[in-house]
Amino acid sequence: MMKAKVLVTPKQGILDPQGVAVQHAMSQLGMSCVTEARVGKVIELTFTGENEQKTREKLDQLCQELLSNPVVEDYHILWEGKTA
Amino acid sequence: MKWGIVRFPGSNCDQDLYHVIRYILGQKATYLWHKDTDLQNCDIIALPGGFSYGDYLRCGAIARFSPIMQEVLAHASRGGPIIGICNGFQVLCESQLLPGALIRNRTLHFVCQHVHLLGEGPALKQTKLYVPIAHGEGCYYNSPDGLKKLEYENQILLRYCSPQGTITEEDNPNGSLNNIAAICSPNRRIWGMMPHPERACEAALGSTDGLTLFRCFLQQISTA
Repeated sequence: MMKAKVLVTPKQGILDPQGVAVQHAMSQLGMSCVTEARVGKVIELTFTGENEQKTREKLDQLCQELLSNPVVEDYHILWEGKTA
Repeated sequence: MKWGIVRFPGSNCDQDLYHVIRYILGQKATYLWHKDTDLQNCDIIALPGGFSYGDYLRCGAIARFSPIMQEVLAHASRGGPIIGICNGFQVLCESQLLPGALIRNRTLHFVCQHVHLLGEGPALKQTKLYVPIAHGEGCYYNSPDGLKKLEYENQILLRYCSPQGTITEEDNPNGSLNNIAAICSPNRRIWGMMPHPERACEAALGSTDGLTLFRCFLQQISTA
C-alpha cells in the first residue's frame, strides 16, 4: 500500500480572501506576528502499491488536470512511501 | 436554431433557461443529461448555472470530465457555439474553452443582486445592461499576459460598472480583475458570463436586459 498527500495552495500573488480572514482572526486572538496566511486543501490518497512508477507519473498528470487548476493553484505531492 | 441545455447533477438554472429559449425567444430546446454522449443535433450548447457535482474540489472541475463534455469539446472544435452562464462559465474555464479562472469572491460573501454591466466588443458595443448575479466564486482571474491578450483580442464582453456606465472599483461586486463579468473565445462563438440573463427576460422580473444579451449572442454567432 502506498499513500500520498496532495497539497493544493493558491499561487503567490493571487488574492486569497480566506487567507486574509484567517490571518485577521489569528491576529485578533493574540498572534499579531502572523504576517500572511494562505488557505489551500489537502487531498489524502491511498493506492494499491502496484506499479509505483506509473502511479507517480499518473498522479502528477492528474494533479495538473484535475486536483489543481494551474491557472490559480500550485500543488505539491508528499509521498508517504510503501508501508507494505 | 436548436439549443441543448446540459444538466449536471446540481444544475439549477436549467429550467429557467429552457423557459426563456423555448417560450420567450421561441426557439427549439432540449435537455442533455451529463451522462449522454450525443448532442442530439443541437446547434447551440448552453451550460446553465447551479452547483455541478456539488462544486466539489473546485467549481466546474468535475463537470469538465463528464461524458457530455467530451461531446461539447468536439462541438467547440468544430466551431459550434456555446454559452455558459455562472456555473456554466466556470465549467468553460475549467475545460479551457475559455481562458482564466473564477475564484472565491473577494468579500467571501455569496453575492445575489442586480448589477449594472457595460458591454464592449463588436457584439455588445457600449450596451448598458441591468442583470442579476448570484455566486460565491465569481472573481475572474487571469495572468497579466492572459489579461493583455483578452484586451488585445477584444474578448471581453461585459464589465461591472456604475449605473452611469463608469467602470469603478466600487461597482465590482466580487473582485474580478478589470471588472470582467463576461468573456468570449477568440472566434467569438463561445461566451461565458457570471450574470444570469435568463433571470432578466420578462418585465415581471424587473428587467428584460437578459433578452438583449441572448439576442446579441444569436446575432454574433450567425455572423462570426
